[in-house]
Amino acid sequence: MNLLMPAFGLLIWTLVAFLVVYFILKKFAWPAIIGGLKKREENIAGSLATAEKVKAEMAQMKSENEALLAKAREERAQMLKEARETKDKIINEAKDQAKLEANKIILDAQAAINTQKMAAITEVKNQIGNLVIEVSEKVLRRELSDKKAQEEHVKSLVNEVKLN
Amino acid sequence: MGAAFSLILLLFFNTSFAGQNEDSIVKKTEKIFDANEVIFGHIYDAHEFHFFSYKTGGKEHPVSVYLPVILYSPQRGLSAFMSSSFEHGEKAVKGYALLTDHNIEKWKLDSKKFRAGQIVAVNESGEPDLNVKIYDFSLTRNVVQMFIALALLVWVMLVIAKKYNKEEGVKTAPKGIQGFMEPIIIFIRDDVAKPNLNHKYEKYLPYIQTVFFFILINSLVGLIPGTANVAGNIAFTMLLALISFVVIIFSSNRHYWKHIFWPPVPHGVKPILIPVELLGIFTKPFALMIRLFANMVAGHIIIICLISLIFIFGALNKIVGYAVSPFSVAFVIFIYFIEILVAFLQAYIFAMLTAVFIGQAFESPHHDEKVHI
Repeated sequence: MNLLMPAFGLLIWTLVAFLVVYFILKKFAWPAIIGGLKKREENIAGSLATAEKVKAEMAQMKSENEALLAKAREERAQMLKEARETKDKIINEAKDQAKLEANKIILDAQAAINTQKMAAITEVKNQIGNLVIEVSEKVLRRELSDKKAQEEHVKSLVNEVKLN
Repeated sequence: MGAAFSLILLLFFNTSFAGQNEDSIVKKTEKIFDANEVIFGHIYDAHEFHFFSYKTGGKEHPVSVYLPVILYSPQRGLSAFMSSSFEHGEKAVKGYALLTDHNIEKWKLDSKKFRAGQIVAVNESGEPDLNVKIYDFSLTRNVVQMFIALALLVWVMLVIAKKYNKEEGVKTAPKGIQGFMEPIIIFIRDDVAKPNLNHKYEKYLPYIQTVFFFILINSLVGLIPGTANVAGNIAFTMLLALISFVVIIFSSNRHYWKHIFWPPVPHGVKPILIPVELLGIFTKPFALMIRLFANMVAGHIIIICLISLIFIFGALNKIVGYAVSPFSVAFVIFIYFIEILVAFLQAYIFAMLTAVFIGQAFESPHHDEKVHI
């Protein structure tokens, strides 16, 4: 059974080789490789976590944005509605005011017309009186001789004026 | 697979004898082809890398890479020389001789204890002196091949480590050899170390990784045609098992020993179970040793056997030999792929079981019943 008899020399050389390889790799290779792999895995895990976080944040932001948008839309609608109401109110108010104003102006105008009419009538009356006086004077100057007739005439004139 | 090469060469010799008369062909082919010798010539260690031999003028000229021989004997001290100076067992050098089948026969040595390729001490008259104890520290082909394979491993790992140090593969995707090795390293970490070693996995990870790649690189390099059978050598697997044993023992805690010397079973069963548990300390690494050895050596033997089939049939009849060769080669290719799988698998199993045993050695009493493999 030579096959199963370990050769002493090979045993020793294998021991030496294994120990040398083990210590070289342990010192120079495994820390770098295993550390590098670990670092990368942590890196990837970290990146994934960050991505997930960012995704969640994005989703939150999106929902927030949507809420904000909805709110803004609602506000716009509200504002539009209010504006419309205000507009209508202003228009109505303006209309009422205008109506009032117009009525007032009409009333004023009527009053003014009346006063002016009255004034004009008075004026006409005065003028007529003056004219009457002037005419009367002229007549008087001509018919002063006949006093009785004059008085009668005046009386009749006055009466006529009064009737007017 | 040095043998594979020599076999291919043998094919040509085979045909060169074809022109001679029938009887001598059979005799000569039988003489030049001995499957047993080919197989064990490959499986065993040697002091040279023998690729093939060619014959000119009836003399055999081996084409080999000769390796240094380093011997220590308590009586004679240290001596070192090149294995080429043995001239394939024909000459004794500094009082040492290389055994060949011929020598063993000549000196009537016990063929159970001695085999071709071993070195024995000889006295002045050239006879073997079995009283001289020899420790053979030669850089045999297994040793040299192991060093080459490990140099390759260390180089690859340092290249990768340098890349990680430069943040390549940390901030960016790994490329090239790094991309090839990384999944294996991660696999060993996540599927071998972590589940078995739990919170202590970082402490043992360098060892587990080294064991895995140590076995893997030696198995894979051993599959290259022309190379030796390192991972299928009992000394190689024995050492790895011994290291595992030492690591397991040094990782053990009180609970582990309590489980062995005072197992949680009824008192009557204890006398039976204690020896079993005690034996278990040793059978675990022993199983590691035998498993790796048997798997690797079996693959090598199967491949050589399949190739040898061509020559065995060829020795019977040249045409049959040619007819068998396509099937044989197809099988060899098939087995070769299986061997690549086995190389990974056995390295994985060795690393896995080492991790399991270490995990068992320091597990706390709470999560008790684990699988005992």
